[in-house]
Amino acid sequence: MPIYSILFVAIIVGGTALVSWPLGRYMKWAMDPDYPQSGAAGQFTRIFRFIGGRLTEPSQSWKAYVLSLLAFNLVMFVVSFVILALQQHLPLNPDAKGAIDGSLIYNTAASFATNTDLQHYSGEVSLSYLSQLGALMWLQFVSAATGIAALSALARGLAGRGGMGNFFMDMQRASFLVLLPIATVVAVLALVGGVPMTFEGSVVATTLEGAEQIIARGPVAAFLAIKQLGTNGGGFFGPNSAHPLENPNFWTNALSMIAIILIPMACVWMFGRIVGRVRHAAVIFGVMVFLVLARIAGAVAFESVPTEAFAGLPIERNVGNLEGKEMRFGATSGPTWAVLTTSTSNGSVNAMHDSLNPLTGLMPMIGMWLNEDFGGVGVGMINMFLYIIVGVFIAGMMIGRTPEYLGWRLESREVKLAILALLAHGLFTLGGTAVFAATPWGVDTLNNFGPHGFSEMLYEFSSASANNGSGFEGLGDNTVPWNIATGTVMLLARFISIILPLAIVGSLMAKRRQAESAGTLGVEDGTFAGMLLATILVVGALTFFPAATLGPIAEHLVYM
Amino acid sequence: MQSLLASVRLTIVTMAICVAGYAALIWAIGQVFTPETAGASLLRSDDGTIIGSRQIAQNFTEPRYFWPRPSAVDYNAAAAGGSNKSPVSADLRKRAGEIVARYGATADTPLPPELAAASGAGLDPHISEHAARYQARRVAEARGIPVAAVEKHIAEGSFSPGWFLTPDRLVNVLELNLALDRMAATGQ
Repeated sequence: MPIYSILFVAIIVGGTALVSWPLGRYMKWAMDPDYPQSGAAGQFTRIFRFIGGRLTEPSQSWKAYVLSLLAFNLVMFVVSFVILALQQHLPLNPDAKGAIDGSLIYNTAASFATNTDLQHYSGEVSLSYLSQLGALMWLQFVSAATGIAALSALARGLAGRGGMGNFFMDMQRASFLVLLPIATVVAVLALVGGVPMTFEGSVVATTLEGAEQIIARGPVAAFLAIKQLGTNGGGFFGPNSAHPLENPNFWTNALSMIAIILIPMACVWMFGRIVGRVRHAAVIFGVMVFLVLARIAGAVAFESVPTEAFAGLPIERNVGNLEGKEMRFGATSGPTWAVLTTSTSNGSVNAMHDSLNPLTGLMPMIGMWLNEDFGGVGVGMINMFLYIIVGVFIAGMMIGRTPEYLGWRLESREVKLAILALLAHGLFTLGGTAVFAATPWGVDTLNNFGPHGFSEMLYEFSSASANNGSGFEGLGDNTVPWNIATGTVMLLARFISIILPLAIVGSLMAKRRQAESAGTLGVEDGTFAGMLLATILVVGALTFFPAATLGPIAEHLVYM
Repeated sequence: MQSLLASVRLTIVTMAICVAGYAALIWAIGQVFTPETAGASLLRSDDGTIIGSRQIAQNFTEPRYFWPRPSAVDYNAAAAGGSNKSPVSADLRKRAGEIVARYGATADTPLPPELAAASGAGLDPHISEHAARYQARRVAEARGIPVAAVEKHIAEGSFSPGWFLTPDRLVNVLELNLALDRMAATGQ
């Protein structure tokens, strides 16, 4: 790997890791202020109580917390569905966008409400500015806030507070104290970097050769900031952050990459501070960084191979594959972004993943299959919690002790729920791919043939089930079967992976917490890190390995 | 039911603050401090007609202009996109073969690869300085001016997108072509 590539990755990942430390501290203060609350923390609490009403007051049980979360998410879905369905009658529509098909509205509302942002439409073709901001950008704030709230609740439960906190309170804390201020800073930096922010419609240009070119634009800067920070990833324009108006230069690209991983990283520290075990969080953080860097190294190396289709033609072979990539971001940035965006369940792209070299394309898929390093805002750490439960259980079985995590005794009920949540991801991904690969629903929508066509379907269901949102976008996925199937998978995968972990913690909270003794398996050392890593690789990766051999690995072996 | 009512209250407040307030604030900051790029960096000719956007590629086919990277969407800036073809695809090979023929590339003068590979959005405004120099002779001959004059414009327009983090220098194709046209018009 050339030195400037290593430097670039080090600055993005290492620099963001440094910033995530103080941010994690701030997020602990914002989400879980110490009692008694004085000064600013107390004032915010009073304001949020006033806004939310008296339902914000009690600390909730896990069931009450989940019901509140579901109620709010139901309202999110319905409100955005209505805005999208009525966009042709509503204001802020300078380019007179028409009605959208029903199954696409279902898919889009489900996609943005679940923090997935899988897009079966192109923003500049189909959506009014009101749909983009009022429906989708709003969901980008509140769906991210939902994830941060859920992690705060889980951490409070594990900390032994006796309650999980209050969802309506957490929602507001995450929206107004965490996401809004950071998004404002990032949006202003994006403006400085040259990202448009206008409510005027598209313009018609007459090119130097006298042709007509219609240039779509819009309020992109505001949208871009929360799209990246909230691990949403839904682009204002169809090609997402590959579009020159959504990502005009090297610096906006670097800003976006930092924004993609910043809050997922800080969530780990916030978790550590709420449960009161920062060293434990540091070990988890280390495992996550290792997995991310390993995939980046693989992706950058695989993508340095020139476009295979050009072999034998009089075309220079001294740079990597450039199909689907932009010149202004530099050679390393496409594959690095592909890994970061799928590591974090973000799903924005700055290069077309469909045109990545076969094994490069496998790296983002692995990211979505594991979905915990660093994962989506809040929910990534929650997914890691599932692997921790399974890992601690297996370790306990191996050394013949009662498995414990942070003093909570793990029994069959908790482990069953954790396995169920992990298996659901495999079932949705592989089951969905199998059905579509065997029927015209999938086969008739492919843009590539053979193993790459299979990869397109596998990627789509991986992305839906991981609530990621990126895609092998050659797939003609705006069909009724794709819209209904992936929309439903996104909803199930999202809420299963929030509800079951909270149920596990609820079940733990009903027990007596043990004092940790010398016999307790430590969670702050290298042994724990190794155990966790092994669990992730065995449980996570092996589930998906057979499917990988049919797609990217087969394509590499046959054609490269 | 109470949960739904509380949810509606939060919906109204988050809509007001995180959508209306936030978008208005960012819009206002853009209007005050970055009005040109906030409107999508439009370029106008002397009589005020819009030529295009500095940030968006447009199609060039005449020999006297530098040609941009290929576009899978024919430079449609109202419906952007890439080819989404696998890098082993026969379709890509066919397209590359046509492009090689158009440039007249040979084994001795191989084509810079970005001129054969479509960008992600089909609107990449840049090519490498190397790919511009590759086209300099054709442009100079079509315009009847010395190659050195064209290369001087390339050198003046080239920039490093990420300083020491990106070794290759780039040029903006539309701006380069515009500079050549303006030079021709003023006779300098």
